[in-house]
Amino acid sequence: MKGLVLPALLIALAEVGARLHGPSDVIAPPSQVIVAFGEAIRNGSLMLATRDTLIAAFGGLTVGAIIGLALGVALGLSRTLDRVLELPVEVLRPIPSVAVIPVALIVLGFGYGLEIAIVAFACVWPMLIFARAAVAGVEPRLLEVARALKLSPWATVAKIVAPAALPRIFVAFRLAAGVALIVAVTVEIAVNPQGLGAALMTYGQALRPDLTLAFLVWVGIVGFALNQGLLLAEARLFGGRG
Amino acid sequence: MTASILDFRDVRLAYGDQLVLGGLSFSMAPGEILCLVGPSGCGKTTALRVAAGLVAPTSGEASFAGAPIKGPRRDVAVVFQDYAKALLPWRTAAGNVSLALEAIGCPRRERPGRIAALLDRVGLNGQDQKFPGQMSGGMQQRLQIARCLAQGPAALMMDEPFGALDAMTRQDLQDQMLEIARATGATILFVTHDLEEAIYLGDRVIGLKPHPGRIGVEIKVDLPRPRDQVATRESPAFLALRRQLYDFIHGAEGKAK
Repeated sequence: MKGLVLPALLIALAEVGARLHGPSDVIAPPSQVIVAFGEAIRNGSLMLATRDTLIAAFGGLTVGAIIGLALGVALGLSRTLDRVLELPVEVLRPIPSVAVIPVALIVLGFGYGLEIAIVAFACVWPMLIFARAAVAGVEPRLLEVARALKLSPWATVAKIVAPAALPRIFVAFRLAAGVALIVAVTVEIAVNPQGLGAALMTYGQALRPDLTLAFLVWVGIVGFALNQGLLLAEARLFGGRG
Repeated sequence: MTASILDFRDVRLAYGDQLVLGGLSFSMAPGEILCLVGPSGCGKTTALRVAAGLVAPTSGEASFAGAPIKGPRRDVAVVFQDYAKALLPWRTAAGNVSLALEAIGCPRRERPGRIAALLDRVGLNGQDQKFPGQMSGGMQQRLQIARCLAQGPAALMMDEPFGALDAMTRQDLQDQMLEIARATGATILFVTHDLEEAIYLGDRVIGLKPHPGRIGVEIKVDLPRPRDQVATRESPAFLALRRQLYDFIHGAEGKAK
């Protein structure tokens, strides 16, 4: 409850400040933001934009996470592969995902494909790096136990490597999910005319600070809910471990 | 003389230009308990790893049941010293034993009964739903032994299994191990740095010399079984063997310096 004191105080201050300042094209008092929020829900624009952004974010997250996980596990298991791919990975990884937009735009044009591709590009790296470290960090003694029991390579991955690495891989997935939402909204703000990012741009340029702020707060709520949901899943899945 | 189950013939092992085992030759009779002792650097753990098929010798021949050792075998189980690292922390005690049963292809419906029997054998009855992290060191090592027994091994390779345990727990586990050896007839190669433990457990003790590892002394232990933590350890025969081994080890350490 104490955590709510400061936000409530700031909202109250914003309300008073905005009202004293009078009508404005750049800021709106929280009460008007709430009204605009209700309007966006009623006319369906909020849900439509949210749906578009989440489809792109989850689509990209899924593609990126699968590629990153597969590469990370392979690199974690094989020293040779790790050395062969080290340079390409280290060269591609620092490229800001936004910098890929022009190339992706030429290849894919506007729409989901563009956004999913860029989100996937951004999500590959945290998954790859974490999965590689998680797999390479599996207790060597456990791998020796697998050898002593003559487990097949497949059984070793399924029974030893995957369960040992899974908690850290899930952390990577949670981080990648946060990255996915950020990058999806960024791509929408930069070029893609759909989703929450595009709505933010449109209302900002239309001098509707109430709607712009309503969407901004909503983006925060969606991101928060996403992270909380994944934290909860993490606690449920791996919380019991000593 | 009975046919031997484990045979080392002039086994040498080098890492790079460092010779760890400098030509080991010995053999073990089925059902025998052989203890390897020696100062650090004498290659006793390495010798055990060769016997378990975890490393291949550079030259010489190591064979088990008449066949050259080409790699790990399911009828040879390894009890590692660091039990905490050798157990799956995300599986319960029952699940950890199950791992070995899964490896040997034991049908799913037979597993619960066998797991219960194995946990009972090592004194962990009623602990099947505990995770390793919730168990004491002694219990964890018991669990690892249960998993090894689940393989139905003809031989157990035990690498300083009780080295990290407190004295009381260690004695309990020594007696339990002897009881398991008696009941299963398993051949046991036991590595330890504790001379008294080696004499107490072994039918035979081999003392290794370091740099490179080679056999320095071989002692037959003729103490009667079952052995007793108090009576055996204070018997004159035990004390005489201990003296003999102690003199050898400290002689070897003195010369190594």
